[in-house]
Amino acid sequence: MSEPHSVKPVIRFVPRFWGKYPPLVLIAAVFVVCVLIVFLFADLLAPSHYRVQDLDNRLAAPSFLGGPEKYFLGTDSLGRDLVSRLIYATRFSIFVAILGTCIGAVLGTFLGFVAAHFRGWVEESLMMLVDAQASLPFMLIALAVLAFFGNSFVLFVIIMGINGWENYARLTRGMVLSANTHGYAVAVRSLGAKPSAVYYRHILPNILSVLIVQFSLNFPSTILLETSLSFLGLGIQPPLTSLGQMLGAGRAHLLHAWWIAVLPGTMIFLTTLSISIIGDWLRDRLDPTLRNR
Amino acid sequence: MNLNFIAFKIFRALLTMVLVITAAFFILHLSGDPIEIMLGDEAEPEVIEYYRALYGLDRALYVQYFGYFTGVLQGDLGFSLIDEQDVLEMIVDAIPNTLILGGTAFALSLSLGIPLGIIAALHRNKAIDRFVMSFAVFGFSIPNFFLGILLILTFSMWLRWLPTAGSGTVWHLIMPAITLGTSAAGSLARFARSSMLEVLNKSYMRTATAKGVPRRQRIQWHALPNAAIPLVTVLGFRIGDLVAGSIITEAVFAWPGVGRLLVSSVASKDLAVVQGILLMVSFTMVIANLLVDLTYGWIDPRIRTSSTMDKE
Repeated sequence: MSEPHSVKPVIRFVPRFWGKYPPLVLIAAVFVVCVLIVFLFADLLAPSHYRVQDLDNRLAAPSFLGGPEKYFLGTDSLGRDLVSRLIYATRFSIFVAILGTCIGAVLGTFLGFVAAHFRGWVEESLMMLVDAQASLPFMLIALAVLAFFGNSFVLFVIIMGINGWENYARLTRGMVLSANTHGYAVAVRSLGAKPSAVYYRHILPNILSVLIVQFSLNFPSTILLETSLSFLGLGIQPPLTSLGQMLGAGRAHLLHAWWIAVLPGTMIFLTTLSISIIGDWLRDRLDPTLRNR
Repeated sequence: MNLNFIAFKIFRALLTMVLVITAAFFILHLSGDPIEIMLGDEAEPEVIEYYRALYGLDRALYVQYFGYFTGVLQGDLGFSLIDEQDVLEMIVDAIPNTLILGGTAFALSLSLGIPLGIIAALHRNKAIDRFVMSFAVFGFSIPNFFLGILLILTFSMWLRWLPTAGSGTVWHLIMPAITLGTSAAGSLARFARSSMLEVLNKSYMRTATAKGVPRRQRIQWHALPNAAIPLVTVLGFRIGDLVAGSIITEAVFAWPGVGRLLVSSVASKDLAVVQGILLMVSFTMVIANLLVDLTYGWIDPRIRTSSTMDKE
């Protein structure tokens, strides 16, 4: 595969393509904005706190399916309002995913620069790590780490961050190697700029758009990793809740209260789908040669 | 085939395996004392000493490492202190089930994904292309565990056609295989389509058209073999996804395979089993990747001659 180069800055293409959005991308964008609103204003939107129990109304059906009026989407096995739980679970899942994706992006980009700068054995060993991680399913690594070191919130977020760093490292290294030979980098360097200044002020802004696209492609996989692990009961632990944890807990009540599992599942599906649609579209817009990655 | 190319790939594979064994050994040691986990806090010091000596945990670290390494090479993956069973035996017992499920899902995704992707490419931007691609995106994006639960709700609880969980009959296999195969089918269809489209735009396809080769033969003899090259690599990656997906799928359907064994061992902190599975899967992946590399070199002669030591 060819290394990406001649990348346009993100800021320039946004106004140019205004008005050329496919309807599907627009719908996806609207949904993502709604998710972000839920993420930011969960406290204001939720009718009650997600841990408030109403033991008289356990496993109540949604109000439109004949359940009690005050619970629009019904309640769970402890009588907790599912609207509130869904809102807080969404906030928590998105929070963990944003944190994890940011850690991975910063770490991977930094190591990509390191590899491209030092070359030699530093580059070789970093790329070997990249290959090793890319060849093993990350789910397996995550489970092993959780088994060996126990579960804590900090460790869990770090695991989320380690997922996907290799993509940024590989992309960054390739782009920096290619940028180093470009006229502008050579020119700035021959004027006496320090390597760090060249990387941070000149090369990074030029490759940022590709990294942002990678971010939007990596984000859904982080959400899926978190929800999968929490679904298995090995991720986010009660009383905290995430979409995966809610879905896992709802599994026990499929026969009598299917909505407990279906609601968070639908939320996960629509969120990852919307972000993937936007990410794919961004990537195609940005650089058609990347389309097959 | 170029011997250097093969030797280099095999060397890389062996090196990766050594690294994995070493990492597994040190992580296992950093993570705490297995005897304490087994006996609890209140055990007598003499009892602890006895068990430490019994399992060889009182020896120097490098002796233990060497013993571990040679043990792994001989197929000794240790002993589960929780289930009181040989780890290799536990894994070997679970492997057939995982292979049945994984193999069925893989066959399903291949026989569905690749033809659909090629059909979509041949009818680019027509209704059938849109339909196939929406199906692919749907299959690719729906999380395994959610698809599994939707299937259980529909076919077990509502229609009452299929059993919810367990194994033993063909009926038990249907829903897990669909759950596991769908995402791979979706991404294969997408990839087959784009790789086919790329080939269809090549100049040799135009040449073939110009010299009067019929459409059917053009597609069969000129386009498909060339489109297959990138597909082989992506198949290697799909195997990794299948492994990851089978962990979830087996947990959803209580399918007694390696994935469920792994999840239950992680939950009960049975570290011997976890490292055993980690080693087994790593070896399998390394071998699968090696095979993919070699097949790739075999299909495309350019790779085995040029990229043996590729550096910028």
